[in-house]
Amino acid sequence: MSASAPQTQPPPVAMQRAEGVSHEPPRTSTVIGALLRKELLVELRTLESVPGMSLFAVTTFVVFHFALNRNSIDGDEAAGILWVTLLFAAMLGINRLFVADADQGGFDGFLIAPVERSALLLAKAGTLLAYLLVLEIVAVPAFALLLLAPPISQALPALVAVLLLGDLGVAAIGTLVAALAVRTRARDLLGPLLALPLLVPIVIGAARASSPLLVLSHPGGPPGRWMLLLGLYDLVFGLIAYALFEFLLED
Amino acid sequence: MIALELDGLARNYGEREALSDVSLSMAAGRTLVVFGPNGAGKSTLLRILATLLRPHAGSLSVLGRSLPREAWGVRGQIGLLGHEPMLYRELSARENLRFHARLHGVSEDRVEELLELLSMSHRAREPVRALSRGMVQRVAIARAVLHDPELLLLDEPYANLDPAAIELAGPLIGAAAGRTRVICSHDPAGGLAEADLVLGLRAGRPVLLRSAEDVGEAEITELYR
Repeated sequence: MSASAPQTQPPPVAMQRAEGVSHEPPRTSTVIGALLRKELLVELRTLESVPGMSLFAVTTFVVFHFALNRNSIDGDEAAGILWVTLLFAAMLGINRLFVADADQGGFDGFLIAPVERSALLLAKAGTLLAYLLVLEIVAVPAFALLLLAPPISQALPALVAVLLLGDLGVAAIGTLVAALAVRTRARDLLGPLLALPLLVPIVIGAARASSPLLVLSHPGGPPGRWMLLLGLYDLVFGLIAYALFEFLLED
Repeated sequence: MIALELDGLARNYGEREALSDVSLSMAAGRTLVVFGPNGAGKSTLLRILATLLRPHAGSLSVLGRSLPREAWGVRGQIGLLGHEPMLYRELSARENLRFHARLHGVSEDRVEELLELLSMSHRAREPVRALSRGMVQRVAIARAVLHDPELLLLDEPYANLDPAAIELAGPLIGAAAGRTRVICSHDPAGGLAEADLVLGLRAGRPVLLRSAEDVGEAEITELYR
């Protein structure tokens, strides 16, 4: 069936253009700023992600403290417990990263705007990175207090570098996986199932890089080859996320 | 200028045919009103026109751009008012509108102007979750026209609005605004009053497509039986 509205007549009313509307696409940096601001405002109002992540991490350290029946651990054991706990705490944030957008129509609002899709990737990865930093500000002292044998102060500068490299990878992979999972019905299950295997190399690299820092007389900085591996993994997944993200947002 | 040109448009959700063989053409500045019972494909049609869904068959051109290939060219010229208000519940009306203004490169003065026009300035600081459905709809209307779009896609735009709010929204989304409009409606009298062209859908298929002046309310009512 086919029909047309009368084409020969002019429209009944000429459209009046509004003032204060440029009709030019905004700069990507402006869009990223707007998205980041919105994310942080929503999190500050709801407190749905960061408090849960932090509480999970601290509770896990308490459980390890009693389950291991030891007051202090160091080396490989300490690094493994720290990174596995941070990984699972991060999953809570990853799972919720796009939920407000999916449930409240924010995705559609973004998708019909004349903006670069990569702005959303950068803003979401930046948001997740901020969540991880706050998590670690809470979790690392709690870990030191409840489990770690050597004083954390001696390891802290190098440990911060390892944490940052690990966080960058978690943010890139987490954002990619969260964008993929949130549009499915089984998002709570699919997120961890996809993310955990991809994050295992980060946990291995970060734990190996952290291990020598968490002994009583550590030799100095973290091992260079594990830092290099973490950096390369971050770079590769950063590029993969950048390349794939637009396709994930498409119908 | 032809604002909408659809030829054999179809879209499926899995095995289910949500929209099938829709063809029409409409000039800029005109209004297409789409009637049909729930599940008839009205929202699917709006989402395809909004570049949010890809058609599975047929071709379409919106504001002179072929979709989905040239979707980039029409984003920013489309205002969508769907079932969801596309507002974050924890943010205030003003914060939501400022957020969308930044996504569209629109000044904050325009946000204040629209809040004023829709008589929402006094509630603009409250979170959206605290507003009534009618007030949320007013904010959603402000969001849809924030960037002064040429094409408005409206899914039951007057739902939840009281008569005073309908009067306030008229200059923004009514025929007086001069925009090309596609409106999904369940109100035969109200919809026909707005329409230049009428499309009736049933189970995704067009069963009525005519100039509004040739359509009676009884025909629309029949669509829902």
